[in-house]
Amino acid sequence: MSILILAEHDNQQLSAETAKVVFAAQQLGGEIEVLVVGHQCQSVADDAAKLSSVAKVLLVDDAAFEHQQADNVSKLVNTLAAKYDYILAAATSTGKDTLPRVAALLDVNQISDITAVVSEDTFVRPIYAGNALATVKSLDAKKVITVRSSAFDAVAQDGAAQVEKLDQNLVSLVEFISQTLTESVRPELTTARIVVSGGRGVGSAENFAILEQLADKLGAALGASRAAVDAGFVPNDFQVGQTGKIVAPDLYIAVGISGAIQHLAGMKDAKVIVAINKDPEAPIFQIADYGLEADLFDVIPKLLKLI
Amino acid sequence: MKVLVPVKRVVDSNVKVRVKSDNSAVETANIKMALNPFCEIAVEEAVRLKEAGTVDEIVVVSIGAKQAQEQIRTAMALGADRGILIETDAELVPLSIAKILQKIQQTEQADLIILGKQSIDGDNNQTGQMLAALLDVAQATFASEVKVEANKVIVCREIDGGLQTVSLNLPAVITADLRLNEPRYASLPNIMKAKRKPLDIKSIDELGIELKQHQQIISVNAPKVREAGEMVADVTTLVDKLKNEAKVI
Repeated sequence: MSILILAEHDNQQLSAETAKVVFAAQQLGGEIEVLVVGHQCQSVADDAAKLSSVAKVLLVDDAAFEHQQADNVSKLVNTLAAKYDYILAAATSTGKDTLPRVAALLDVNQISDITAVVSEDTFVRPIYAGNALATVKSLDAKKVITVRSSAFDAVAQDGAAQVEKLDQNLVSLVEFISQTLTESVRPELTTARIVVSGGRGVGSAENFAILEQLADKLGAALGASRAAVDAGFVPNDFQVGQTGKIVAPDLYIAVGISGAIQHLAGMKDAKVIVAINKDPEAPIFQIADYGLEADLFDVIPKLLKLI
Repeated sequence: MKVLVPVKRVVDSNVKVRVKSDNSAVETANIKMALNPFCEIAVEEAVRLKEAGTVDEIVVVSIGAKQAQEQIRTAMALGADRGILIETDAELVPLSIAKILQKIQQTEQADLIILGKQSIDGDNNQTGQMLAALLDVAQATFASEVKVEANKVIVCREIDGGLQTVSLNLPAVITADLRLNEPRYASLPNIMKAKRKPLDIKSIDELGIELKQHQQIISVNAPKVREAGEMVADVTTLVDKLKNEAKVI
């Protein structure tokens, strides 16, 4: 059995999520290889080679793959697919964009966003915004899977795999125009140990500054509910929920968030949930380990003093 | 130009679903059904492109039970011109849906296909990408802005770290994200008008495609229920609990 993992990276750094996909792959058994596709991304391949239990890293470094567009990356993976039983990627925006295309080219259905490996062909995945867990058996010969990274640990970095360069060049059907990335000095939302999230109750973009102070004090990432994003308080890549990011930090502090089904889908696996809300009826209190019914503008300054 | 919009009938997004007692599936009998919210956004975008004079015809297609006609009518009340229902009682995986849509596209020859980014029941996020692969056309997933310029479409996409803008040659597949637009409500006169718009019903057999079984649902279980926590009286108690009881800060 052999497994190919499509690495998640930005041409400079390997994303922490890849180490978690390797952890999921270990549970399948078999030889694990990591494919790094991009441009001027040798350092990413070197990082991937250090991941525990990775047998080999394949590096495809070409200007044609600079933006890792789904159409040409999926064609590339398809040309390599013959020798693998599994093709895995993290369920990030890149993984979700690319892997279903790989699956269609291989004439298999993808198993999306798995949270557990039951056996070599059976997996658990959440459906209905995480309100049900489906155990799914794949009948396809090859298995194409995206992995919910928050459900798995990261493997250690004690490996020393060989990096093998492949020459491939496939022009994308998509022309890249521009990209604007949100600048942040805080930890990445999906891998942070603590997340401080704000909702509509925060009131304005300016008021989010007080949450930022709390986040900085705790070394936490900043998150938001859909309402806060729609209201323009923060950029949309801060959104936690069914359609945003799925997080499972040690501590999740929900401030001014009512706790709609779609938001809970993104954070209910956090180890400890704290809810701060003025409304005692807010559904968030039903899943919070510690709830504080109070005005956030009273609470946060006090919190800043006490921690 | 012509736009094809695949739509799905799903359990209404405000319903908290329950798992059936035999753990075979989620209970969907006698539950409020609706147009998948992302499909609504896809329909709205097509209608806006039509209102802007870019699009001449919007064809809505749904694959599923007879009752999915209701969702096609809803889409027509929002502004779609005609509908196609591929009637089946089978639970189809995204790849099978994509193959049916590929077949429909071969007949319809739409310039643009706009889907929702995911359905809120299966949460798969696959169909649009698979359809684009089968048609071997460009895709722009998670779209938050769509502009048609000459024979190209410029799409702003929501990616993990921010936003990305790409340009696609037509035909192309786009999947709609939440922030693409705010869908309108159907007015009563438009709901009445939608009843007279053409709706073509076909079976999968008539399309002449063979579908494989790709997966089997072994069981569906309710997730672990979180133990109800406690309400704390003040900030001092909260900090104390976080430090000494939960030990997370």
